[in-house]
Amino acid sequence: MIRFENVGLRYGMGDEILRDITFDIAPQTFQFLTGPSGAGKTTLLRLILLALPPTRGLITLFGKDSAELDKPGLTALRRKVGVVFQDFRLLDHLTTYQNVALPLRVQERDEASYRSEVRELLGWVGLGERMHVYPPVLSGGEKQRAAIARALIMRPQLLLADEPTGNVDPPLARRLMRLFLELHKSGTSVVIATHDLALMDQFDGARRLVLGDGRLHIYD
Amino acid sequence: MDEHSTPFSSRPPTIEDEWSQTPLVPAATVAGRALAIVIAIMTFLAALTAGFAFVLADASREWRGAVGVEMTIQVTPRAARDIDADSAKAASIAAGFPGVAEARAFTRQESEELLAPWLGAGLDLSQLPTPRMIVVRRDPQKKLDEIGLRAALDAAVPNASLDDHGAWMQRLDTMAQVVVGAAVAIFVLVMIAMALAVGFATRGAMAGNREIIEALHFVGAADSFIARQFQFHFLRLGLRGGAAGGGAALLLFLLLGFLSRQWTTSAGGEQAEALFGSFSLGWGGIVAIAAISVTVALIAGLMSRIIVFRALGEFYDVKD
Repeated sequence: MIRFENVGLRYGMGDEILRDITFDIAPQTFQFLTGPSGAGKTTLLRLILLALPPTRGLITLFGKDSAELDKPGLTALRRKVGVVFQDFRLLDHLTTYQNVALPLRVQERDEASYRSEVRELLGWVGLGERMHVYPPVLSGGEKQRAAIARALIMRPQLLLADEPTGNVDPPLARRLMRLFLELHKSGTSVVIATHDLALMDQFDGARRLVLGDGRLHIYD
Repeated sequence: MDEHSTPFSSRPPTIEDEWSQTPLVPAATVAGRALAIVIAIMTFLAALTAGFAFVLADASREWRGAVGVEMTIQVTPRAARDIDADSAKAASIAAGFPGVAEARAFTRQESEELLAPWLGAGLDLSQLPTPRMIVVRRDPQKKLDEIGLRAALDAAVPNASLDDHGAWMQRLDTMAQVVVGAAVAIFVLVMIAMALAVGFATRGAMAGNREIIEALHFVGAADSFIARQFQFHFLRLGLRGGAAGGGAALLLFLLLGFLSRQWTTSAGGEQAEALFGSFSLGWGGIVAIAAISVTVALIAGLMSRIIVFRALGEFYDVKD
């Protein structure tokens, strides 16, 4: 599904912040991406999303070389990937419902065709009563769940979540993790970036991709 | 505040009435009012230029029509020739020529009146060797053989010369073309200035909405979809500014037309009307100003689309 071969990244003329990154993400797998703060977890997720071009190396996404991707190809690829950002990236002028339905609206689908689906998902993440509320009045946990719902609405083949439990209390964190596991069981590959060791310990069987000193170590 | 109410509207929005109309790029983040004023001023100037070009082109057409229907025969005094007899003979030859509706020799008194503004009133022209004028009016239904008339006059009255005002007509034609050309040039410059203003505003709006653009990209929005979100704003601003500027120009022309009609009762007014026409735009001018207003809006929308596509290309290092 995703393959990185000897990928390196540097900003400008500085040192490489990611070096010789080689890994792959197979379909229907669950993995944690971990490492200390500033190790480059978010940067690696941005590389997977092609929000950043690599300085060197080869990135293959869904069987396509990223260097050969044109804009329509990149758009098609992003529609297969759901992302939960650390800072949520919800649009403050849209309601929770509108934020969650955004991936469907940008595909210019008729609203009547997805209205019930969005409402159902909002109910599933516990935001059924908050669908008309704007993000500025949502709590951190509610924003987190709205961001997760937006990432899931397209039933992505790959879900990337950047510190998805960073802003919530432990019970809600466990609930969200169960949600990710359910998604994984339904066939989606999941990558969760976190530095919460306790959280990872609760899911001992999951693969771990550990970033440190710009390099990636894999523990299957 | 009730936790279910919103900080952005006085009532909780429903899905049905809000979603499809909610712009993904907030209107408040686009420098709307200032840009609409700039577009209105630009449209006003462009419409004014086009309107004056129409008025002058119409006036020029009227002058050419009025001058072209008449010719003048000038009989110059010569020693040993009776200028009154020569004048009557030339008038008689012209009057009988095919294609001429009327030929009338100015009397001495009429000639004196013609020269009075320059030489003063009460002048006795019999003391001066002044030429006589014959006004020849063409018959618009028949073709006039000017060369034949000139030859006939040369043969019978050698001191008579025919002036068909060709030089005047040529000058008027050139002047009208220069005015229309200048109007087109000014219009193009105004459009370029407006397009640049829209370009700067689009870039500003994109910089202010970078996070929204990134979020739209990450949820799978195509560049064309994002460009449409901006295009929608700028097209609307263009329509607003264009309507205001074009409307103001139309009002100004209506006002000038009304004032010129009031003014024509005075002597100066008659001269101004003879020179510039009646300040009446006509349907052609009105349609031109409406077309300018719509063109302005379309250029604003198109320019923002081009700028957004170009800027999105700079966001990420991906092939077009």
